[in-house]
Amino acid sequence: MTQLALVIDLNVCVGCHACVTSCKEWNTSGAAGFMSDDNPYDRDPTGTFFNRVQTFEVGEFPNTQTVHFPKSCLHCEDPPCVPVCPTGASYKRPEDGIVLVDYDKCIGCKYCSWACPYGVREIDEHQKVMKKCTLCVDRIYDTKLPTAERKPACVMACPTNARLYGDIHDPESVVSKAIRENAGYALMPEWGTQPANHYLPRRKTEMRIHEDELERADNPLKIDGRLPKPGIKDPSLDDVTSW
Amino acid sequence: MNPAFSVIFLTTLLGAGQGVFLALFVIEARAAAGLLTAPSVMFYWMGSAIALALLAAGLLASFLHLGHPERAWRAAAMWRTSWLSREVIVLPAFMVAVAGYGWAHWQGLPGTLWLGAAGAAICLGLFLCTAMIYACIKFLQEWATPLTLVNFVVLGCASGVTLATALAAVLDEAITGITGAWAIALTCTGLLTRAASLWRNARLKPRSSLQTAIGVKHPRIVQKAQGFMGGSFNTREFFHDRTPGALRAVKWVFLACAFVIPVLLLAAGLATAVPVLLALACAVQFGGLIAERWFFFAQANHPQNLYYQAVS
Repeated sequence: MTQLALVIDLNVCVGCHACVTSCKEWNTSGAAGFMSDDNPYDRDPTGTFFNRVQTFEVGEFPNTQTVHFPKSCLHCEDPPCVPVCPTGASYKRPEDGIVLVDYDKCIGCKYCSWACPYGVREIDEHQKVMKKCTLCVDRIYDTKLPTAERKPACVMACPTNARLYGDIHDPESVVSKAIRENAGYALMPEWGTQPANHYLPRRKTEMRIHEDELERADNPLKIDGRLPKPGIKDPSLDDVTSW
Repeated sequence: MNPAFSVIFLTTLLGAGQGVFLALFVIEARAAAGLLTAPSVMFYWMGSAIALALLAAGLLASFLHLGHPERAWRAAAMWRTSWLSREVIVLPAFMVAVAGYGWAHWQGLPGTLWLGAAGAAICLGLFLCTAMIYACIKFLQEWATPLTLVNFVVLGCASGVTLATALAAVLDEAITGITGAWAIALTCTGLLTRAASLWRNARLKPRSSLQTAIGVKHPRIVQKAQGFMGGSFNTREFFHDRTPGALRAVKWVFLACAFVIPVLLLAAGLATAVPVLLALACAVQFGGLIAERWFFFAQANHPQNLYYQAVS
């Protein structure tokens, strides 16, 4: 079983929105049609996006942390949006675990968006169908692309490498290792959706200096400390100077 | 949630239509058992026609909710998993049953009681499907309760039986007393069950918080930007943008108009035998139930709203 997913490192994300724009650029140009916008250069611009970067402030001034938080479809292993769909337009691919919408079957009833606790489904106000992150399903299997580029557009765009992509069911994949070794977690675990996408927590960067790094630990008898200071004219090891 | 009037009218009109039909069936069953004098044939087929009209209006309202109504036929596909799909199958089946029931009475065919029993079973199935569409979403905690099903059944029956009472006052005065008594009893029951859900929802503790939403364990987290300046589907579909005061006002309006005033009007109409009062009871109650359903949607607090608290 394969479950493709993103792992987003909140410790590294700088909130530049490059994943948002590259996502929109790739997906609005694809075979599935454009992602419509209204008033893009006017008051109250609005449009369809698969990916958003949000910003949260944690703590109280002056002890605050700014957390930039990219949010897209989590491709849940038990997606609550899929069984509620009356037409079968919303489905989870058995071969790679990607949750997709068949735009030709969607009737635009919005019920799946009600059934998603994360708010990652958005209706396209002009095409009147539900849209969501496809994990760039039209990129990752494209054999015309070099192997290194067969990744979602957001992963390719991230300048700080905060977005990792891979199969979380393969214990040796980069995402599985990241989740395992850096305490990756899922969002809203209380609803049992088992999101495939994981987040890596903020980690405080600290320099840890122990006592034995300041004082020689391999000199237990302090012998070099008790040696008489050699005279200035005395020969030293390199016969140059004694200090 | 931002209440959608298409769904408000769908659920209230279906409930009323189902209530009218159940009233007809129970009257026929009791008449067959000799418990009350059988009403005229006209009462049955007129009642069935009204029920069918209400159901058709509800179906029309549901189409207005869809982005692609021309593909609505596809919605029957996923009945194994989706309550919405089940409703899409059961609603036309129920409309056929109601039409057949009215037609059989019109033609004076035998076996209408059995047809009615089948229709009543489908009717209860339709109540189950409609209510479970909302009750099955477990993270919409205001809806995820058996009280949702109870209220859909009781409020639908109350409005339908009130309508049947008004119809009886015009067509068959002999049964007005008994249907009026049912209407009052059902409306009073509805007040109790709806008050129970209000009481429950006022004490709900949301299971999701900003802490679980972004996975940071700190008591103080404030959103500084939701990622965009204008609105999005997420801000339009899940926020009603009304003040808590407006919500409270709607609550008292629907408690008065869906329950208290109709009971008073029904009692007055039965006591004075003035059909206009019964018709008025019917209209006020339907308006009250529209407000009730609006409140039902507006009160549901979707966990996705945690992610959309600040523009920038």
